Amino acid sequence: MSEMLKGIAASDGIATAKAYMLVQPDLSFSESTVEDTDAETKRLDEAVEAAKADLKIIKEKAAANLGAEEAEVFEAHLTILSDPELIGNIKDKISNDKVNAEKALKDVTDMFIAMFEGMTDNAYMQERAGDIRDVTKRVLSHLLGVTLPNPALIDQEVVIVAHDLTPSDTAQLDRNFVKGFITDIGGRTSHSAIMSRTLEIPAIVGSGNATSAIKEDQMVIIDGIEGEAIVNPTEEEIVQYTTKASDFAKQKAEWNELKDAKTVTADGKEFILGANIGTPKDVVGATDNGAEAVGLFRSEFLYMDASELPSEDDQFEAYKQAVEGMNGKQVVVRTMDIGGDKELPYLPLPEEMNPFLGYRAIRISLDKQDIFRTQLRALLRASNYGRLAIMFPMIATVKEFKDAKAIFEEEKAKLIAAGTVVSDDIEVGMMMEIPAAAMIADKLAKYSDFFSIGTNDLIQYTMAADRGNERVSYLYQPYNPSILRLIKNIIDASHAEGKWTGMCGEMAGDQIAVPILAGLGLDEFSMSATSILKTRSLMKKLDTSKMKLLAAKAVSDCETTEEVVKLVKEFTD
Amino acid sequence: MEKKEFHIIAETGIHARPATLLVQAASKFSSDITLTYKEKSVNLKSIMGVMSLGVGQNADVTISADGADEADALAAIGDAMTKEGLAE
Repeated sequence: MSEMLKGIAASDGIATAKAYMLVQPDLSFSESTVEDTDAETKRLDEAVEAAKADLKIIKEKAAANLGAEEAEVFEAHLTILSDPELIGNIKDKISNDKVNAEKALKDVTDMFIAMFEGMTDNAYMQERAGDIRDVTKRVLSHLLGVTLPNPALIDQEVVIVAHDLTPSDTAQLDRNFVKGFITDIGGRTSHSAIMSRTLEIPAIVGSGNATSAIKEDQMVIIDGIEGEAIVNPTEEEIVQYTTKASDFAKQKAEWNELKDAKTVTADGKEFILGANIGTPKDVVGATDNGAEAVGLFRSEFLYMDASELPSEDDQFEAYKQAVEGMNGKQVVVRTMDIGGDKELPYLPLPEEMNPFLGYRAIRISLDKQDIFRTQLRALLRASNYGRLAIMFPMIATVKEFKDAKAIFEEEKAKLIAAGTVVSDDIEVGMMMEIPAAAMIADKLAKYSDFFSIGTNDLIQYTMAADRGNERVSYLYQPYNPSILRLIKNIIDASHAEGKWTGMCGEMAGDQIAVPILAGLGLDEFSMSATSILKTRSLMKKLDTSKMKLLAAKAVSDCETTEEVVKLVKEFTD
Repeated sequence: MEKKEFHIIAETGIHARPATLLVQAASKFSSDITLTYKEKSVNLKSIMGVMSLGVGQNADVTISADGADEADALAAIGDAMTKEGLAE
C-alpha cells in the first residue's frame, strides 16, 4: 500500500527514487566493566581504524565535489583520531578502570571537549570542541555497530529524508545523485527550502513526520509542485507521476524559450526579473534561467561558509566573479545580514531574548565598523568589473542610512586617493523590511538610490509574528491589504523622487502576488532563479492597465487575504 | 636529549593549520618530542596537547627531543617553523 505525506511545496518538479535517511542513529550505550581489557582495547583500535577509513573516503569525496578547502575539516578529524594523547588516554582508562571502550571514549573526549569549550577567549578553539564531538560520534557508531549517515558518500540516485537540512548537510549533497528531498520541519523561506530552489531539485518541507513515516530504501515520489510525497507507490502511481513529470518538463521547455526574451506584458510594458543568489557560483543558475539582473546577492553566505571573517581580497574575488558573470547586468549586493537566525561561530553575539528584533544586520555593521569597511572596500574594488549596486539591510531610520552611506563615501574617497579604480555610478540603496522605514519611505527616497522590499521580514515585523513559529504561521499573509498598503507606499515614494523599487522576498515570484505588484508599479522582481521563466510567462499575459485597477481595488477595497486572492483570480482568469 | 628555543612571531600563535603541520613533522620521528611553554609540557605529536597550550604571538617556547633521531627531529621541526612563518 502506498501512503501519502503532505507538506509545503518548496521547489518545483517531480522526483522518484529510494529514500536515504539523513537521521542520526541512536548512539546511547550502557556502561559495563570488562575483564579482558586487551580485547576491549582491540575493539577500540578497530573502531578507530574504521572511522579513519570513513573519513578518508569522505575527505576525497568532499575534495572532489566541494574543493580542497571544504575537505580540510575532515583532515582535521583524521589528525584528532591519530592523536596519541587522546587514544592513549582512552586506552589507559580501559586498562586502569576496566570499563568498556564506549565509556572510556566518552569520558576522555568529554574532558577534552570541556577543556576546549572553556577557552572562551578563543572562538577557533571552541569550535574544535565540535570537531572532537563529531569524531567521537563516528568512533562510537563503529563500536555500537550502527551506521552514521554520510551524505557525501551517496553514489546512487536517492531522495533525502531528514528532520531538517543544515547548510553543512546541503553542502555535502551531490546533485548528480540527490534527486529530491523531504523534511519534517521548515517553511517556504527556511534555509532548506531556499537551497532546494538554488539546487533546482524538487523538495517538500514541513511534512511533520517524514522521518518516522519513511524507511531507508523505500521508494518515494516527491511532488514538489503540490507538496505531496508518495511512499511505496503502486505501479499505477509511478506511471501517473511519470506523466506528470514529463508534462512539467514540457512546460519547463516552453518557459525555456523565454530565456533570452525581455519581460514584457501584453500591453508592452517592460519589467526586470532578477535572481536571488547566495554565492558567485549561483550566477550560472541565474543566467541559465534568464535573469535580467541579480536583485539580491546575500553576502552573508561568504561569512557563514568561512571559519573566520573573510578577508577583503576573498570578498573582492567573490563580488568580482558575480559582476563579471552577469556580464554588464546589475548585481545588487546586500551587505552582511548576520544576526536573527544567522550566526557566525567566530563572531559570538550576545544571547538575546528576541534575536530578530535585536543586534543584527546594519546594526552590527554600524557598530563593528572594521568589518563593514572591509566589505565596502571589497565591493568598491569589484565595482570596476561590472554593474554593481549595494544595499544595506534592516534600515529603520534616515540616520542609519545616512551613517552607512557616509562610511561608504569615506572608503570610496580613500580608495580613489590611493589610486584604485572605482566605478562612478554605484547605486547605493536599502532594504525595505521594517515597517518604520516603509512609513517614511518618502524621506528615505531622498537619499537612497533605490529600495528593495524584503517581504519575509516585512511581513513578520508588520504582523508581529515570528515566521519560524508554526503556531502563528497563519499570520504569514503576503496578500493581506496591510502589507499591500505598505508596499504601495514604498513604490510610490520612490517614484516621486525618480527612483526605483525592487522586491527580493519570496513574494516577488509568487504567482498570485505578481499581478498586484505589476499593478502597483514595482520595477524589479527578484526571486529564486527557477521561478523567473514561469513569472515571465505569466507577465506576458498581463495587461498593466487592468492590473492597476486590480491593485487599487486590492489596496483600498479588500478587507482580507481571501478577498484579495479571489480578486486576483477574477482579474487574471 | 636535545633542546631548542623558539620565539613565536606568527600573529595567531600556534593554532589551526600550523599546529597540524608541527604535529605532522614531529610524528615522523621515533624520539619523544615535547613542547614546553610557561612551564607546561605537552607531547608535540598530539594535536590536542599542542592546541591546549594556547601558544600566542611573542611566546617563547622550548622544544626538546629525546631518542635515536633527536637531532634530525629538531632540525626538521625548526624547518617547519620557519617555513610556516611561525618562529624565528
